[in-house]
Order: sequence, then structure tokens, then C-alpha cells
Amino acid sequence: MNQGGMTLIVKQTARLVSGFITVFGIHIALTGHLTPGGGFAGGVILAAAAVLIVLSFGGAYCSRLLTGPACHIADSAGAMMFLLVAILGYLVGGFFVSFLPQGNLFHLVSGGTMPLSNLAILVKVGAGLAGGFLALSAFRLASGAKEGD
Amino acid sequence: MTIELFVVAFIVFMLIAALIAVEARDLLSSVIAVGAAGFGLSVIDLLVGAPDLALTQVVVEVISLVLLIRVVLTRNDTSATEPQDALRTGVALLAGGIILVIVFFAVGGLSQQGGVPPFGQPVLSNTPQAAVPPGVSADYLARSADQTGAANAVTAVLLDFRAYDTLGEATIIFVSILGTYAVLRRLGRRGREARA
Repeated sequence: MNQGGMTLIVKQTARLVSGFITVFGIHIALTGHLTPGGGFAGGVILAAAAVLIVLSFGGAYCSRLLTGPACHIADSAGAMMFLLVAILGYLVGGFFVSFLPQGNLFHLVSGGTMPLSNLAILVKVGAGLAGGFLALSAFRLASGAKEGD
Repeated sequence: MTIELFVVAFIVFMLIAALIAVEARDLLSSVIAVGAAGFGLSVIDLLVGAPDLALTQVVVEVISLVLLIRVVLTRNDTSATEPQDALRTGVALLAGGIILVIVFFAVGGLSQQGGVPPFGQPVLSNTPQAAVPPGVSADYLARSADQTGAANAVTAVLLDFRAYDTLGEATIIFVSILGTYAVLRRLGRRGREARA
């Protein structure tokens, strides 16, 4: 309990589970054009993994791994990537026109620019929500609340 | 037919949860009731055949529930504050007015064609009973595989046919997160100065 956060049981469980949650979120986003899901749901699942780590290990411990500015940069980069996918459509016709081949139906690489857009939204939403949670956590640290309950 | 019974049962469950959330004295009970209403909505999404929506609803509900419980537990007093009488009357009047306006347009006020289409016949549908006959939903379903190459029609609509809307949605999330950063940074700095 020296670094805040919860008990050893919670920490071990979070250690075991958070990797699987992260992989599941990325999977949901990458196969968004084949199965239910998409960039938004995947991003929220990624943010849930970050929230799990922050809650179980405490905000002070996590400030070494995952900082607010890094999340903000990733958030902005995701938004820019989505916009870039949209603007690159001008190469073949117009805004948001798919500039990649359609590929085979039900294959992972198909649907034109859809996997790229899903990836951009995954980064954007995941980093945005995780950054918002980190900002709340840092605000709580800064405003002098008791850490580690 | 049984699906409709389940849907109605879950709607009743959500209504009860929403009433508890409004009326509960304890903030934690309110938050848990809000969560129950959200999970009920996600089950309804699954029942009526919208797995994309159900998935998003579940994950957003989990995150918001964790956040709200965290906030409530951080506060020292978890009892809900009683609103002032004038404020309460104003809110009731406002809610009543909004409901009246919605009912007015729902029964087809102002327009000759009948404003809002009846339940179960959305504007975009191609059914003959639709308010605007040349709808687009059947076209979306028929053409999504050929024109976009995506197997999931929902994603095809979100990221190809209606990508403008998705861009707007992403902008909204971006700006709201930015606002969160701005507010929290200012408050945090003030707290740090007060403590130092």
C-alpha cells in the first residue's frame, strides 16, 4: 500500500486482465467493418483498460506510465489521422471518398478506408477518455484529496 | 411477439430505475440506478437486433458508471442536495413545456404532411407507409457490400455513406475532452496554490 491503489489481489487481477482488455479493444476496432463494433467501442474498451490500471494502482504510480499530455497528443493525432483519411479522398474524387481498393468481402483488408478510419477513431477515443480520466485523477491529487482509499 | 413483451418489460424496468435515480436521497443509489437504466437499454438494443449499438452502450455505460461512482465516493457527503422551490418550479415548467412541444409535433402540428412519422415507420425506410416514400435504408442495405466492400452494414453507413456525421461526432468528443482539460487544469492549479 506504499504507492496508493488497492490491495495486492486487485493489482494482480488488473495486471492479468488489462492486457486482454487492451487486445480485445484493438480487435473490436480492427474488425469493425466485419463484425459488430468499431472504432468508438474499441476506443472506450481501451480507455477502460487504462481506467482499470489507474484505479487499481493509484494515480501517482500511473503518472510514470501514462501521462495526461501524452494522452492529449495521441488524442489530437487520432483526430488528425481521421481528418487526413477524409482529405486524402480528394486524390480520387472528393471528401471522404475511399481511395483504397475494396478488397474481398469478409476479409480483414477490405472496405477501402474503413479500417484506417476505425484505427484513427480507436486512438482518438481511447486516448481522449483515458486522458480525461487521468485529468480527473490528477485534479484530485492536486486539490489535496486523500489518495489511496 | 415475445420479443416485444421482453422489450416492454425492459422499458418498464428502465422507467423504474430512472424514477429511483431521480428520487433517491443517496447519490450512490442514484448513480447505480442510472447504471441499471443504461444496461437495460443495452439489453433492449440486443433484443431488437442492434449489436453494434448494444456493444457501444455497454462499454460507455461501464466507463461512465465507474467515473460517477468514483466521483460520488470522493465527495464527503453523498446525500443529494435539495433544490430550491423556485428552481424546482422552473425546472418542472420547462420540462412540461418541452413535453408539450414534443407532443405537438408528434401528432403532426404545423405541417401538411404530418410532421413526425408514426412509430415504427422511420423517414429513411422504404416501406409504402413511410412519410417520405423514396427512403434510403433499403438502398444502404442493398449497396453496402458492393459499393464499400464492408461486411458490416452499420460500419459501412457510419464510415462511408455518412462519414460526415462521424466526423462531426469525433469533433464533438474532441472538443468536450478539450473542455474537460481546460476546466480541470484551472481548478487544479487553484487548488495547488491554495494548498501551498
